[in-house]
Amino acid sequence: MPKRLPDDPLLRRLVAAQLSRRKVLLGAGGLTLASMLAACGTSGTGKAAQDGATAAAAEDLSAQEKEVNWANWTLYLDYDEKTGSYPSLEAFTKATGITANYSEDIDGNDTYFGKVQAQLAAGQDIGQDIITLTDWMAARLIRLGYTQELDHANIPNAANLLQNLQDVDFDPGRAHSLTWQSGFAGIAWNKEAVPGGLRRVSDLWKPELKGRVEVLDEMRDTMGLLMLEDGVDIAGSWGAAEFDKSLEVLTRQIADGQIRQVKGNSYKEDLISGDALAVICWSGDITQLNFEEGGKWEFAIPESGCTLWSDNLMVPVGSPHKANAEALMNYYYDPVNAATVAAYVNYISPVQGAREAMEKIDPSLVDNPLIFPSDEDLQRAHVFRTLSADEETDFSGRFQQAIGN
Amino acid sequence: MNVLAAPAKPAGGPGAAEKAGGKTLQRRRGRTGYLLILPGFIFMLLFFVLPVFSLLATSLYTKPPGADIGQFAPALEFGNYAVVLGSYWPELLRSFAFALVATAAALLIGYPMAYLVAVRLRGRKLLQGILLVLIIAPFFTSFILRTQAWKQILADEGPVVPVLRALSLLPADGRLTATAFAVVCGLTYNFLPFMTLPIYANLERLDTRLIEAGSDLYASGFTTFRTVTLPLSMPGVIAGTLLTFIPASGDYVNAALLGNNRDTTMIGQVIDSRFFRVVDYPGAAALSFILMLAILVLVTAYVRRFGTKELI
Repeated sequence: MPKRLPDDPLLRRLVAAQLSRRKVLLGAGGLTLASMLAACGTSGTGKAAQDGATAAAAEDLSAQEKEVNWANWTLYLDYDEKTGSYPSLEAFTKATGITANYSEDIDGNDTYFGKVQAQLAAGQDIGQDIITLTDWMAARLIRLGYTQELDHANIPNAANLLQNLQDVDFDPGRAHSLTWQSGFAGIAWNKEAVPGGLRRVSDLWKPELKGRVEVLDEMRDTMGLLMLEDGVDIAGSWGAAEFDKSLEVLTRQIADGQIRQVKGNSYKEDLISGDALAVICWSGDITQLNFEEGGKWEFAIPESGCTLWSDNLMVPVGSPHKANAEALMNYYYDPVNAATVAAYVNYISPVQGAREAMEKIDPSLVDNPLIFPSDEDLQRAHVFRTLSADEETDFSGRFQQAIGN
Repeated sequence: MNVLAAPAKPAGGPGAAEKAGGKTLQRRRGRTGYLLILPGFIFMLLFFVLPVFSLLATSLYTKPPGADIGQFAPALEFGNYAVVLGSYWPELLRSFAFALVATAAALLIGYPMAYLVAVRLRGRKLLQGILLVLIIAPFFTSFILRTQAWKQILADEGPVVPVLRALSLLPADGRLTATAFAVVCGLTYNFLPFMTLPIYANLERLDTRLIEAGSDLYASGFTTFRTVTLPLSMPGVIAGTLLTFIPASGDYVNAALLGNNRDTTMIGQVIDSRFFRVVDYPGAAALSFILMLAILVLVTAYVRRFGTKELI
C-alpha cells in the first residue's frame, strides 16, 4: 500500500518532488504563514493588480497521476443512496482508469471565490482539477486568468454542446469552460394558498401575499426578473439607469414588508414551513421539492420572460491534472451519460442527444419542460449580460445594500 | 460593600510565606513563568497579533484604477473608514443594541437558573448534575441547526404563532420569524449558557452563612440579595455578560436566519456581504476593525465601572 500523500495540494507537490524532510517542513512553515497572511489580507492580489501578470498554468502530471479532483455543488450528480456512491463516476473510472475524487465543496459562487482567490492569484493548486461555477463567476475567473485553456482535441464530445451555448460572451469558442447544467430562474407559488396562480413578476406584489414573498439573493436572477418585468432586454446593452429603476422596486417591496426575506437556497425550507407562499426561485429546486413533499408548488416562466443561467466546468490554473479533467468532461458530454445525470438532477442538460438517450433511461422525463425545454420556452429565457469589473462592484454593492446587507 | 470583608482570612495571607523565600527561588520562579507563557505567547502572536496587523493593512488598501475584482494595492487609504462608517453606522448601532438587550435578557433568565442550581439545590449533587447537563445540552447540537429549529417552531404555520393569534397576543397577520424580536430571542437563547455557567461557578462558592446572617440582622430577602448575594456574585455576572455581549454583537447567523432584510441587519452580515459578495476587502476589513475597537472601548468602560479585582 503506497503511503498516503497529504491532503494539502502544496504539501503534496513538495512531497512528490521528493524534497528532504527538512526542506518540506521549512517550506510548509513558510507557506502556512504566507497563505495565512494571504487569507487575512490580500498581499498576493495587490501585486497582480499592479503588473497585470497572471500565473502560468501548472505542469500536467495526468499521465503519471491517474486521478481527477472535482468540486461541485450539492445534489448535482447522480447518487446512489444504497451504496453511497456516484454510479456514473464509477463507470468513468472503469472506462478510463482515472480515479475521480468528487466533493460537494461549492455552496455559493461568492463564498467559493473568497475561499480560493488568494491561491488562484498566486497560481497555486487549490486541490481541485475541475471547479463548477455559474456564468458570471466563470467570466470573472477566466478574465482574471485563473483558468487553464482546454484542449478540445481531448474533448471530442464537446461537439455535442447545444448550439445556443457554444459561443458565450465571456468565453468565445469555449476555450476555458464547458457547461455542466443550466436552469431557469422564474416564479413559483403554493398551489393551495394561491389557487389562481401567478403570471407576472408583479403578481408577487399582490396585497394578499404581503409578508409571504421571498426572492433570491442571487443578484442576476432577482434583478434579471425585475428588469425583464420592466421591459429591459437583460442580455442587451442596458446600463445603470435601468438597473436603478428595478432596484427601486425591490427596495420598496422590502421596505413595505411585502418581501419577507431575501434568500439563497434556504427559501425551500420556508416554502415547506409555509412562511413563504410565492417566490422567485430556481426551476430544478421546485421539481425536487415537489418530488419530496408531494407536488404542492407550481413553477412558471413569467410572461415577461425568465433568466437562464448555466454552471460551467473549468480547470483552475494550478491544477496538475488537466488531461484527466478533460477526459472527465468528455465522458459527461456523451449523451447517455448526460441523460443519466439529468434524470437525477432535474436541470437542463447542455448535451445534444441527451433527450433521445433519456428514452431508454426514464421515458417519463423526456417531456419534462424543465429538463428539455421547448424552443418557445428557450426563446423566453434570457442570459444576464456579463458585467465589467467596475459595474459588477457597483451593482452588487448597491444590490447588497438594498437587501439590507 | 462591608460584607465583602466578612470571610475571615488567616492574618498575613499567602504573601507572608513567599517573602520568607530566598531571592534565587524568586528569580527561578520568574523564569519558569515566562517559559510557561511562551507557547501561548507564540500562539497569540501568530494567530492574533499578526492577523490584526494584516487586517489593519488590508483596511487601508486602495483599488487602483482599472483593477479587476479582488485586486487591491497597498496604501494608506483612511477614507475607507469614513466610507463604511457613513454607510453602515445604523447596522453597527443596531448590533450593539440587539446584543445589549439579549445580554440583559440572558442575565434575567440565567441568574435565577444559576442561583437555583448553585444555592438552592446545594448538597443535592445528582439534581445539580442533571440540571447542569440540561443547561449545556443545547451545545450538543450545532449552532446553525438550533437556530434553524427555532425557525420551524416560530413559523407562521408552526405551533406557536396560531396560538398567539387566537389569544390576540399577536394581530391576525402578525408573525414571529423575520422580525427583530426573533433575532433578539435567538441571540438570547444561543448565548444563554455563556451567561449561566460563569454565574453558577461563582455562586457555587457563595457562603450561605452570609445569607443567614442577613436574615439574622432582619434584612428582607431582597435586601440580603441586593447587599450580599449580588455584590459577591459580580465577578460571575461580569464574566457572563462579557461572554454574551461580545459574541452577540458580532453574530450574524441569528440575524441572517431569523431576521428580515429591512430592520434586523447586524454588522456581521454586512462584513460578510462586503467580503464575499461585493469583494470589497478593504471595506470589510475596516468594518471588522471598527467593530473590534468599539467592543474594546465598551468593554473597558464596563469593566472599569463594574469590575472587581477578582476578575482581572
